[in-house]
Amino acid sequence: MEEKKLNLTLKIWRQPAPDAAGSFQEYKISVSPDTSFLEMLDELNNELESKNLDPIAFESDCREGICGTCGLVINGHPHGPLPKIATCQLHMRNFKDGDTIWVEPFRAKAFPVIKDLMVDRSAFDRIMEAGGFISVNTGSVPDGNTIPIPKDIASEAMDSASCIGCGACVAACKNASAMLFVSAKVSQFALLPQGQPERYRRVQAMVKKMDELGFGACSNTYACEAECPKGISIKNIARMNREFIAAKVKTEEVDA
Amino acid sequence: MVKLDSKVPAGPIEEKWTNHIFNMKLVSPANKRKFDIIVVGTGLAGASAAATLGELGYNVKAFTFHDSARRAHSIAAQGGINAAKNYQNDGDSVFRLFYDTIKGGDFRSREANVYRLAEVSGNIIDQCVAQGVPFAREYGGALANRSFGGALVSRTFYAKGQTGQQLLLGAYSAMNRQINLGKVKLYSRREMLDLVVVDGVARGIVVRNLITGEIEKYSAHAVVLATGGYSNVFFLSTNAMNSNATAIWRAHKKGAAFANPCFTQIHPTCLPVHGEGQSKLTLMSESLRNDGRIWVSKIKGDKRHPNDIPEEERDYYLERKYPSYGNLSPRDISSRSAKEVVDEGRGAQGQEAVYLDFRDAIKRLGKKVIEERYGNLFEIYQTITGENPYEVPMKIYPAPHYTMGGLWVDYNLMSTIPGLFVAGEANFSDHGANRLGASALMQGLADGYFVLPYTIGNYLASEKPELVKTSHPEFDKTEENIKNMINQLLSIKGKRTVDSIHKELGRIMWNKVGMSRNEKGLKEAIEEIKTLREEFWKNVNVVGKNEDVNQCLERAGRVADYLELGELMARDALNRNESCGAHFREEYQTEEGEALRNDEEYAYVAAWVFKELGDWELVKEPLEFENIQLATRSYK
Repeated sequence: MEEKKLNLTLKIWRQPAPDAAGSFQEYKISVSPDTSFLEMLDELNNELESKNLDPIAFESDCREGICGTCGLVINGHPHGPLPKIATCQLHMRNFKDGDTIWVEPFRAKAFPVIKDLMVDRSAFDRIMEAGGFISVNTGSVPDGNTIPIPKDIASEAMDSASCIGCGACVAACKNASAMLFVSAKVSQFALLPQGQPERYRRVQAMVKKMDELGFGACSNTYACEAECPKGISIKNIARMNREFIAAKVKTEEVDA
Repeated sequence: MVKLDSKVPAGPIEEKWTNHIFNMKLVSPANKRKFDIIVVGTGLAGASAAATLGELGYNVKAFTFHDSARRAHSIAAQGGINAAKNYQNDGDSVFRLFYDTIKGGDFRSREANVYRLAEVSGNIIDQCVAQGVPFAREYGGALANRSFGGALVSRTFYAKGQTGQQLLLGAYSAMNRQINLGKVKLYSRREMLDLVVVDGVARGIVVRNLITGEIEKYSAHAVVLATGGYSNVFFLSTNAMNSNATAIWRAHKKGAAFANPCFTQIHPTCLPVHGEGQSKLTLMSESLRNDGRIWVSKIKGDKRHPNDIPEEERDYYLERKYPSYGNLSPRDISSRSAKEVVDEGRGAQGQEAVYLDFRDAIKRLGKKVIEERYGNLFEIYQTITGENPYEVPMKIYPAPHYTMGGLWVDYNLMSTIPGLFVAGEANFSDHGANRLGASALMQGLADGYFVLPYTIGNYLASEKPELVKTSHPEFDKTEENIKNMINQLLSIKGKRTVDSIHKELGRIMWNKVGMSRNEKGLKEAIEEIKTLREEFWKNVNVVGKNEDVNQCLERAGRVADYLELGELMARDALNRNESCGAHFREEYQTEEGEALRNDEEYAYVAAWVFKELGDWELVKEPLEFENIQLATRSYK
């Protein structure tokens, strides 16, 4: 089959090191519309490598939209212009011949740039380590069916749990807030009976860590929800706020 | 001469593990903190092992090359996890799960290991529920189940289409708890480049810091490799881009035997290759085959649009060849049949693809029902291909998926190097020549939560290994070798990109060491791989320097290893003069084209010991089937 190729101009953020100055560099490329966005970058990198030039550093792994590794800001949108997909699921047929595409890393104080399009998102792990778990030892737990959970509650917990930790919510927010990410985990455990014993301790520890790490406050613009590849609802943020206030009251009671 | 001792405990199969646990030596609680354990990889097996070992009181150093432990490729497994709970009261039992796994593996796995896997499967579910994994539930609040991969019972537990993700997040959160408590120290963005062996015992690892390029040395009393599978040797596979063989391959070159390297599962329901630039293959759910009909044109080189090909010119080859199983024929049969028709020149529109057609199902059931059943899969398909599967038949093709081979381990999951343990897909155990659906997640978590924490304790208590400091000359020597290899890669400055060589290797592997193999092709493959390996070391261009983020260098090191592993895979396939499970040798088939196993001569695990490149010693572990009778699989 005769295939029509797209001729594109890419403006890609290049930054050799965290403390080095970065700038947009221009590249021309001709690609098949069936190529995925990341495969286009692979092709470009192959070209650069064959000219002995430093390839563009970017991260990706599963290329099936679930690992959360990829994440670029494309024409101003984390993961690109389409809703509810990760960058790896974006295909070039969504662009037009002759387009100019701007590609840059997620930008947030808590996500420093490592190189080019790679950022350090380990702040998310620090938040999870602070309390994003249920304290249970391996091996001496009750049978799964002794903890019945209504179907709709399990589904709601599942919806919160489907966050892939990519950080698009932070990149989308003008305050670089991590509220959507943190609230998704807080919600999952707050909904489930297993999460109750540590419920208040957990939300306080995670929020405290989130603030320490330099994430901003919720901007109430819903940009996080709009850009989330998994459609995580801002209802989670509301739930987290309720949990947090309840935790304050409880803690005061305990303290008194 | 390496001797393989499987260390399978004596006694009836139902009592082996229980008795073994009792007979194992224990480390006293006060002494556990005196032992350091390294865990490489933070997928299901690695994260669950690190969490549990930390919880027991050991000092755990966990390593991942990802930015976060949560990114491990276990995350991408969708379908579910098996467990013999018999919640459905449909006749499941530990013995039935054991039986299905042995038979599914075509009698090439070790009975005792598989029985233990089935035995602990129920505990895994309980553990994950307790951690808050949001498994699907019935209205009454009980855990929901579905059937999977042709099993006759419903034993698969699932969390939407994201079971792997949710189980991994469970293990990751358990590990986070130990990180918080200071018992696990996580080293992210580190790639293990070699194993340090002193006096024949695993004493530590050497890693590259992927941000700074610094070569770092870590010692421990025991080392666990849980680094996943090596399907990316084929270049295109369903594996994540960064999945690789380096850790296990370098350990193999340090003395760990590599077992059954040629057993690679090819999954029949993947999206086909669409062009030169393609980076990986996406798996579509096998459930599509419940209602979709698979066909190609009867005419060679037929480039017509599928909707223009009339009924009488379509060949529903699976329904024709396997009337009773039809489109639901098992993975190996379906994959092989697709390759046959494509090789005949009858691929969909001349491509390496076959049609998966819902036209008749839509006609029979209505679009609404199909939408309810497969809507999200159809959307995924349309996002990737730009074609609407409600109107145009899908195109699918088989792709390398899961590697059943891996480092040889005994019943304690210890390799042939004392102190080196191997878990999950990285080891060879449990799946034999073919893996059943929803069993990979089960094995990863069984190894990590419920096997290693016992057997490593036993090793530490009975062997009392000394900690070798990283100032030991062997650490320096290993570091030096790694630095030399990196410098060599960076100094070749040839004309070929790393990817171009990887792709070429992938084509050789796919064509000659893929879905079906024959003696001639395998011999050719061995020579072609050797030639390509020489080309690589003479003419590859690795751009950049070591002291930087250098993804080109990372890939080059991995491809260097694939160029050696690929040869061993071909040699293993050449040695196995039979067809079994995922390994199909064209010379060994029945008149109807079915796999012809040879239990008299090949009921063994082929463990390969590295002598020098191109020279391996084959050591056999005979397999005995005392509890399940050897029988032929039939799908007619």
